[in-house]
Amino acid sequence: MPEEGMEDNKGREERPKWNNKAEYLLTCIGFAVGVGNVWRFPYLCQIYGGGAFLIPYLIALVFQGLPLLYLELAIGQRLRMGSIGVWNSISPYLGGVGVASMVVSFCVSLFYNTIVAWVLWYLFNSFQDPLPWSQCPLNHNNTGYVKECVESTPVNYFWYRQTLNITPNMETSGSLQWWLVVSLATAWSIIYICFIRGIETIGKAVYVTATFPYLVLTIFLVRALTLPGSSEGLIYLFTPDVSPLSNPQVWLDAATQIFFSLSVAFGGLISFSSYNSQKNNCERDAVLVGVINSATSIYASIPIFAILGFKAHTNYVTCLNGNILALTNEFDISDMNITVENYEQWFDSLNGTHPSRVSDLNLKTCDLQTFLDQSASGTGLAFIVFTEAVISMPGSQVWAVLFFIMLFSLGLSSMFGNLEGILTPLHDLKLVPKWMPNELFTAIICLVLFLMALIFCLGSGNYWLEIFNSYVGSVPFLIIAFFEIIAVAYIYGIGRFSDDLEFMTGHRPNIFWKVCWLVISPLMLFVVLVAYVAVQAQTHPTYAAWNPDYVNFPDTEVLPYPDWVFAICVLLSSVPVISIPLVAIYRLICCMSGRHSKGSLHNDPNPYANEGYVVES
Amino acid sequence: MLYRPKADTIRRRWQNNSHICFFTKPESNLCWVKCTKRIACNKQLHDLQHGQEGMLVWVLFLLCQGVAPALTQDLCQRDAPNGYKVRISLKTALGEDAYEWNQSEMFFFRATMAFAMRRHFQMETYNVDNIILCVQTSRVSFWFVVTSPDNATMLIPKADVEKAVRMARHRINNAFLLSDRTLEFLGIHPTLAAPVNPDTPPWLIVFGVVIGAVCAGIIALLVSSLLQKRRKEKGMTEDGQDEEDMQVKGVENGINLDGTYNRGFTDDDRFTKL
Repeated sequence: MPEEGMEDNKGREERPKWNNKAEYLLTCIGFAVGVGNVWRFPYLCQIYGGGAFLIPYLIALVFQGLPLLYLELAIGQRLRMGSIGVWNSISPYLGGVGVASMVVSFCVSLFYNTIVAWVLWYLFNSFQDPLPWSQCPLNHNNTGYVKECVESTPVNYFWYRQTLNITPNMETSGSLQWWLVVSLATAWSIIYICFIRGIETIGKAVYVTATFPYLVLTIFLVRALTLPGSSEGLIYLFTPDVSPLSNPQVWLDAATQIFFSLSVAFGGLISFSSYNSQKNNCERDAVLVGVINSATSIYASIPIFAILGFKAHTNYVTCLNGNILALTNEFDISDMNITVENYEQWFDSLNGTHPSRVSDLNLKTCDLQTFLDQSASGTGLAFIVFTEAVISMPGSQVWAVLFFIMLFSLGLSSMFGNLEGILTPLHDLKLVPKWMPNELFTAIICLVLFLMALIFCLGSGNYWLEIFNSYVGSVPFLIIAFFEIIAVAYIYGIGRFSDDLEFMTGHRPNIFWKVCWLVISPLMLFVVLVAYVAVQAQTHPTYAAWNPDYVNFPDTEVLPYPDWVFAICVLLSSVPVISIPLVAIYRLICCMSGRHSKGSLHNDPNPYANEGYVVES
Repeated sequence: MLYRPKADTIRRRWQNNSHICFFTKPESNLCWVKCTKRIACNKQLHDLQHGQEGMLVWVLFLLCQGVAPALTQDLCQRDAPNGYKVRISLKTALGEDAYEWNQSEMFFFRATMAFAMRRHFQMETYNVDNIILCVQTSRVSFWFVVTSPDNATMLIPKADVEKAVRMARHRINNAFLLSDRTLEFLGIHPTLAAPVNPDTPPWLIVFGVVIGAVCAGIIALLVSSLLQKRRKEKGMTEDGQDEEDMQVKGVENGINLDGTYNRGFTDDDRFTKL
């Protein structure tokens, strides 16, 4: 008989369940498809040889991503509990895995929603004409433009100064930027309203948040293909170049990208599938979610690169026009005689006749390839590169609004999974007092997260966010996933797991899944983990600071982390996963001392035990 | 030595390093020419009349009047200390609708500049003759200087000209359908447009709308949850019996158990009354 995760035997509060299958699938897809699909995958494709990057990416998907996904959905559906309950059921010694999942979800929620808050800030600012990042503001006495803006670009100035108000280094904390606090409050309020009634409201919200990005991507695709220069961008992206594939870094990045993109080891997927009925074909769900996630990445990179090609083309034409103007003014040639097309001939003839005058002009070398090579990922892509491209498109406000709503939907649907990975284990641990309604509990958690995330609204907030992103959002997940797969494949036993799967889906898993769970995936995870740590350990940790007083401004100044910050980084990587050994040791001690461990969770790992049949004496 | 040209001399201006000669049309006042060498002038005059171009520069003529017309050429030259260079980009500004820059346009420019000077120095009456243009190229660019209306040999200082141009810049631009960027006075930087500062930043308005909607939604959902719970509690105390019946029928907590109900484990006292 299946084990029910009920609050009490009277059944006053049953486990919530999905209204229909579509809501469940859309929620999982929305969780997996996040901002990383839009701003990380295209960048990796670009720097790792275009279309050839798909080879390691798809290999990692098939042999690492899909098995892990199937595993998480299956155990959640079978054991019908959040991450802590599930791992406690599988093996009491590995209960720490659940706690680690929850702590990591907590940390990720902190900074991920800050990114959503930034997107909201840009969205609010997109409703003006002209767009605030299209021109430099005037200085105090209206004699010229602000110096920092003139030296860099208006887009950079708007991001670093008017949005972040960033400090020159990490030691200077700066003050709270009230507009960011306001945006953060909005983001958390929107999350709260979607979470008020648990999956009932989430299920309604995902109809919009999970599907809207696809609509916007299609609109952008059609628009981008009609812009000049888009074809150069697409050719540049997709021209396969197999030479980078010999570099192991490529395989490492492909594996980590698949892993973080699918959002496994957060605990959110386990929670979502725990609300399913047990007789649900989770194998099909897993394959569907995994394939859709990768397909979305590939589909998103097409309009992104078309637009980046357009931007490169625009920059190239601007650069050439600057040179043309200089030549025209110097040699008093008739206006518009030199055009982009005949620039080369004019330049050669003028350079031949008056080389000294031409060289005195200090003309810039304009190369389309150089502009195409200027790539960015992450916040740099969304808030600097893309906003610059949007200015040059006719009807910029519309495109900016669409783009930022799309990013907001992507971030919101991922936040659902993050928050679910925190709330469900707390419910299952019965840490919620009975008198407290769910709505109040969710509100308290959201408030606590909001207050803790205020650290990212300081002047140095962006630097802290980068630290959280690099150190919390990487190694702990790899460790958790590794322990997950070991727990299920070896401690729980592949035979018992296959029985469970047969009960749920109606057939035993085929040889491919078994081989992956037993050998390939753990091995791949272990190799990726070791390689990742090795690569990180080799490079001395540094960060890029935006310092207007820097000699080479507008280049960012590369500074090393101060010691106390580095200590925090190490703590961030280790504290979430330290619960794994701690809980194991604690259980061992309890076991050895002969006391039964307290707790409402079932110690008996056998899901076939049915308390209804206990013999009464 | 001054050389007085004949009445029907051709309309050309010729300059080289050693001497300047100037000839005008007979309709205007005759101009004097300053030549250092009479023989050289005669030769050049002869060359001109027979079509030998040499170092000729074909420019539009300037009406000169008064006692020392040759001095006007001294006043207006490239890099003149009190002159400004003007650069016009017609095709950039107007594209297909670009008009041709010809002598009429030059006259219009002189008239506009005279207007600008009049506007600035309200006492003095400037005329078209006070604006002298020179060094025209096909770019289109040229230099100009402004002479005083009282004394044709005296130039207005650069700073005053700049003030006049700045004041009337908008009118000058519009007269030629150009902008600050396409009608450049080199050395006079355009004043930057004052930023439009709305009372409430637009983003705050959007934020207000969004947060208002979200708060309203939260309150609505909370209130409806509360009402639903109250209704359920009321309903449960009335239908307490229904719960047990549901359990007997094998529907536990809303989930249908698999299999058929096994009667062997019920309390079947009711059925075995003897």
